[in-house]
Amino acid sequence: MAHDHSHPHPHQPDLEETPLTHYQAMTEAVGQLLIEKGIITGEELRATLESIDSKSPAGGARVVARAWVDPDFKARLLVDVNKAAEELGIDAGIIPIRAVENTAGVHNVIVCTLCSCYPRNLIGLPPDWYKARSYRSRAVREPRAVLAEFGTAIPDDVELRVHDSTADLRYMVLPARPAGSEGLDEAALAELVTRDCMIGVTLPKSPGA
Amino acid sequence: MVLRRHHDMGGLDAGPVDPSGPGAEHDYAPWEKKVDAILRLVSDQKRRIITVDELRRGIEELGPGVYDELSYYERWIASITNLLVEKGVIEIDELGRRMAEITADWPAGGVADAEPKA
Amino acid sequence: MTARFAIGAKVSVRAAYPPGHVRTPFFVRGKTGVVTEIMGAYRNPEALAYGRDGEPALPLYRVQFQTAELWDDYGGGAADSTVVDIYENWLDPAEA
Repeated sequence: MAHDHSHPHPHQPDLEETPLTHYQAMTEAVGQLLIEKGIITGEELRATLESIDSKSPAGGARVVARAWVDPDFKARLLVDVNKAAEELGIDAGIIPIRAVENTAGVHNVIVCTLCSCYPRNLIGLPPDWYKARSYRSRAVREPRAVLAEFGTAIPDDVELRVHDSTADLRYMVLPARPAGSEGLDEAALAELVTRDCMIGVTLPKSPGA
Repeated sequence: MVLRRHHDMGGLDAGPVDPSGPGAEHDYAPWEKKVDAILRLVSDQKRRIITVDELRRGIEELGPGVYDELSYYERWIASITNLLVEKGVIEIDELGRRMAEITADWPAGGVADAEPKA
Repeated sequence: MTARFAIGAKVSVRAAYPPGHVRTPFFVRGKTGVVTEIMGAYRNPEALAYGRDGEPALPLYRVQFQTAELWDDYGGGAADSTVVDIYENWLDPAEA
């Protein structure tokens, strides 16, 4: 995985044996022209690529684990994720992110039916299925069937609340702390938090599983 | 009169979600991340050349056929490039020349997908 | 920012179909929901999308719908709901 972005040279050695597609050539050309025209610098491009690579579900997992052990932090997180993440030294960007909390009575699921809005500045780039027609189309109409495809069953007496991120905010799920996790410290709790449970299509891992 | 636009797909019938399919865990290709990085830079507070809403509008205006045929980041770079040309940031001629050079220099060449579709 | 609707207000989404860039999904148009949160004012995406400045900014609401009221054949729980972020220009007061 982790490709080396420490140099802006366009020819990634592992890709040179694959023919370049039209849109790959377009991407490369646009990047070069923007740099030559002084609109962006190679350094800015490199730094932005590094920033993209630095975001992963681990950032969200740390935030969730802290919320599980610190009720005051959780209260702040539910008001403003970006600000709360900053307390942990995590830069979640300027697009406002809100957390929606799973409780005994409510299970939340996030989708973007119009495009693929996603809290990428906190948890990284979305999985392909999140951007796919099947998820975007069906998550609002038959969310329980979609969750079943992830092996997730939510009891019928629990409200399934689907959030369509259509506008200027991004959403993440604050999952409920799993049973049996009482003795775990914050780092061990963060290990239970997966990307998918922050989208709401699964529950956190069970301790010891 | 078309009521529902093609990108506005909430509630339509579609096949099963594939949670473990290709792309569920994979790292994005370097060129895909570069598209994302370019968008972040040209839309940032310093530059404000493109808004996310313009990007989205440009993607929607690719039309139903192309929208479904292109991959996610192909749609992005197609829209970004159109916007940069419209706004006079880059010229079509220099873009075409540069793409041809890059493809010619590429060790494995280019694929035939640059052919205009009938 | 003066928000036209208060939290708890019943609102109807306009059954409108403009042929351009809007951020109100088709599946909630013409439907009735309840304002659960007022998120502040954001520049109008319907103008920003075409290179304009998006001013004046529009109040943005979170509107909650009963999922069973969105789909005739909804097969999930009776309490299931769907929350969508909707700009003020798309909302009308709902008949009580």
